[in-house]
Amino acid sequence: MENKSIAQLAADLRLRTYSSVELTRHYLERIERLDSRLNSFISVAGEAALASAERADLALKSGDVGPLTGIPIAHKDIFCTQGFKTSCGSRMLDDFIAPYDATLVERLAAAGAVMLGKTNMDEFAMGSSNETSFYGPVTNPWDQTRVPGGSSGGSAAAVAARLCPAATGTDTGGSIRQPASLCGVTGIKPTYGRCSRWGMIAFASSLDQAGVLARSAADAAFLLDEMAGFDPRDSTSADVPVPDYVDALDDDIAGLRIGLPKEYFGAGLDSGVAASIHDAISEYERLGARISEISLPNSPLSVPVYYVVAPAECSSNLARYDGVRYGYRCGHPADLEDLYKRSRAEGFGAEVQRRIMIGTYVLSAGYYDAYYLKAQKVRQLIADDFRRAFEQVDVIMGPTTPTTAFPLGAKTDDPVAMYLNDIYTIAANLAGLPAISVPVEPAEGLPVGLQIVGDYFQEARLLNLAHRYQHVTHWHQAAPAGFE
Amino acid sequence: MQWETVIGLEIHTQLATQSKIFSGAPTAFGAEPNTQACAIDLGLPGVLPVLNAEAVRLAVRFGRAIEAEIASRSVFARKNYFYPDLPKGYQISQYERPIVGRGKVEIVLDDGTIKRIGVTRAHLEEDAGKSLHDPGLVGDGQTGVDLNRAGTPLLEIVSEPDLRSPQEAVAYARKVHQLVRYIGISDGNMQEGSFRMDANVSIRPPGQEELGTRTEIKNLNSFRYLEKAIQFEVERQVELIESGGTLVQETRLYDAVKDETRGMRSKEEANDYRYFPDPDLLPLEIDAEFLATATSDLPELPDAKRERFHAEYGLSEYDASLLTTSRELADYFEAVARETGEPKLAANWIGGELMAALNKAEIEIGQSQVTARMLAGLIKRLQDGTISGKIAKQVFESMWSGEGDADQVIRSKGLEQITDSGAIEAMIDAIIAANPGQVEQYRAGKQKVFGFFVGQVMKASRGKANPQQVNEILERKLRA
Repeated sequence: MENKSIAQLAADLRLRTYSSVELTRHYLERIERLDSRLNSFISVAGEAALASAERADLALKSGDVGPLTGIPIAHKDIFCTQGFKTSCGSRMLDDFIAPYDATLVERLAAAGAVMLGKTNMDEFAMGSSNETSFYGPVTNPWDQTRVPGGSSGGSAAAVAARLCPAATGTDTGGSIRQPASLCGVTGIKPTYGRCSRWGMIAFASSLDQAGVLARSAADAAFLLDEMAGFDPRDSTSADVPVPDYVDALDDDIAGLRIGLPKEYFGAGLDSGVAASIHDAISEYERLGARISEISLPNSPLSVPVYYVVAPAECSSNLARYDGVRYGYRCGHPADLEDLYKRSRAEGFGAEVQRRIMIGTYVLSAGYYDAYYLKAQKVRQLIADDFRRAFEQVDVIMGPTTPTTAFPLGAKTDDPVAMYLNDIYTIAANLAGLPAISVPVEPAEGLPVGLQIVGDYFQEARLLNLAHRYQHVTHWHQAAPAGFE
Repeated sequence: MQWETVIGLEIHTQLATQSKIFSGAPTAFGAEPNTQACAIDLGLPGVLPVLNAEAVRLAVRFGRAIEAEIASRSVFARKNYFYPDLPKGYQISQYERPIVGRGKVEIVLDDGTIKRIGVTRAHLEEDAGKSLHDPGLVGDGQTGVDLNRAGTPLLEIVSEPDLRSPQEAVAYARKVHQLVRYIGISDGNMQEGSFRMDANVSIRPPGQEELGTRTEIKNLNSFRYLEKAIQFEVERQVELIESGGTLVQETRLYDAVKDETRGMRSKEEANDYRYFPDPDLLPLEIDAEFLATATSDLPELPDAKRERFHAEYGLSEYDASLLTTSRELADYFEAVARETGEPKLAANWIGGELMAALNKAEIEIGQSQVTARMLAGLIKRLQDGTISGKIAKQVFESMWSGEGDADQVIRSKGLEQITDSGAIEAMIDAIIAANPGQVEQYRAGKQKVFGFFVGQVMKASRGKANPQQVNEILERKLRA
């Protein structure tokens, strides 16, 4: 059951091969049995999931159904869920229960999807290894001494381990694509503004974008069809028509122009990863695509730019967690200042505090021009690089990450080494472009992801490219040992 | 030593929208604490602001009214600081690119000259909540937070340092207050905090170009306090400098009870607000169509109205200025003038009896017991001779106390003027007969005694005898 695609599950539910309650129970049982090895869920919905599965079964009986009716999914614990804990991986929100659903939660529920629970994540989505979570690290299903990537590490691990067919994630600098790559699943970050941010807890508002982690591009397309679209509650959401992503999956890709940025294949790229990526690109050539080298000259600046812009926004976005109205409050504050200082010092972990400090610094009087303003200018240059590239090619391909999954604890004392893991993913966030990570041939038994970046609102093209590749390869179907 | 005072004002005026600037929660004043604050106002995780178009429309109207440039593209920025009544830890405001650019406001100085005061900018922002310290409400030693006001739309209007005295500052503030109410963008209610002023005050030797060190007096909510606070602050600065001290740039608060300003925080202790563009809101774009729609129904502004009243109705500058203080008053005047065809008489009555009664009752023109139609009715009876001026005042008082319109009062009290010359003659004959001594005096050349006779006739007629006829007949009879 757990190896079936969403299309197959939907067909089975319709034919009553099994009910949504049975399917949901199956996944809840897998979570119960297997997740102690992964720690991929922060909260499991249990009874609530079964109740919505029952409602889905009623709908299935009446025939009033969509492709997701009765399909279990998981949400990253960054999306607010009405009446159900939303922690954002932080002690600060350990007891927070939102009085509203995020738009994506609402839309997927309206489409009949059943929420199994909320997945683990780096605290406030700040991390590339899922080790900054207040709820402990998530392990990689392919090797439990290694990290799953982050910040959507719980979603990636849960999907890879078949604890849910698909999960939502968010991506600020690579937080969907990097864990998707490290866990061997398909992860898409749509164009900035494609999915509403309402009810999605903010890390860096100008970069944050919701997306999907699934085993295949086709599965991801089923979810994205429901998630994408304008939301009047989010001023930055795009009022651009949404194509049918499932419909576009089989489009022909012959003659498509693929650009390989030379900057993405230089020093720092693991040779095993490079070999797998080149093999995948050859596969695209066989499918009729035309390959050429391109240049994104400003891309080496993307990590430093990101580590100015993202902390700046986060320092302001996280100011609301002050111990006054909700969330963690320190014991026996002596006065207001003590309340602020201790609530935030005790409620936030080290990485979040580090970024708040950096962000506060770069926005300070006397430093603003040199850091924040300069970073915004370079951000524009990075976006311009892509604009020029898309005059020559239709999509850009390269590795999602420079290496495969690294051991737990390997980079926790070296933030810069950790940050460099996102060197290929960050630019798409800075430019606001859609990008997908597709599992290709593993290197030394560990998953490798191919990143495809498209022009604005070209999600259908990315899913189509990933699907055509998955049609002729089987890497995305491989299950990690012990989770088959 | 001589000093020149330099003042600039920042005025926060609450915009008259139904809902908040970034959420759908209502803005009504006086509700139970925290009953008018939604998830957005509370700054819960994951919520996002959506700009209220009505607030933009009102800001645009103001910009047009002060002949300012309206930015086709303005930017919302975050002003970051921690305070319990600031739920998000930042206030959404506009910083580098405000919606309203340079404009001007004209004030009339004591000597009658008109002075143009520059407006540097006006920008949209959200208000914060309130901290409650009332022990009865929140318990001893406790502070409560009421977020009803959080997210209320404000327009902050910043003037150039063009004001040279506390009186000029008040004249400017009153003018802005008049303007925002005229164009209907704010109720201007000062008790409810809809119009709050900060004054930047400095002094310098006359002729010096460079500005002196300034202090900022925060949160003044009456024109009287504005004047007194600036007065005090100027004197304090003069004394400090003349006694060899050094001024520090700081924020001060005015204590109305002690009539003094006190330091709140110095520049060194001041917050670094770390302004940056709010990534949750796109730049605000205003196109020609929005601009045209927002300003198409702008009413005649006070200055233009004053000019017109002067020219069209022949009113004095003083009357024209007085009657255009508010739109409601001006409309009232025009209704009376139109109905009676007697603008000067209308102006006199409104500026005299009516204003006195309103002031005494401490109410606004809109709440007046005597409507424009009623006052016009009274003036008509005065014009057609039904009643005399003296009786008219009596009729006005009766109308004010709710005894009906002029005709009803005149009828029920029998106040019609006596114009029957036979009746007046009879009264005069009786009075002449009863006062032979005074007749003697008059005929001996003592003109003043004439007034005595007029008084006697009016007394006998209970004020109703037509004064002109009384004069004529008296003169004739006394001369005989």
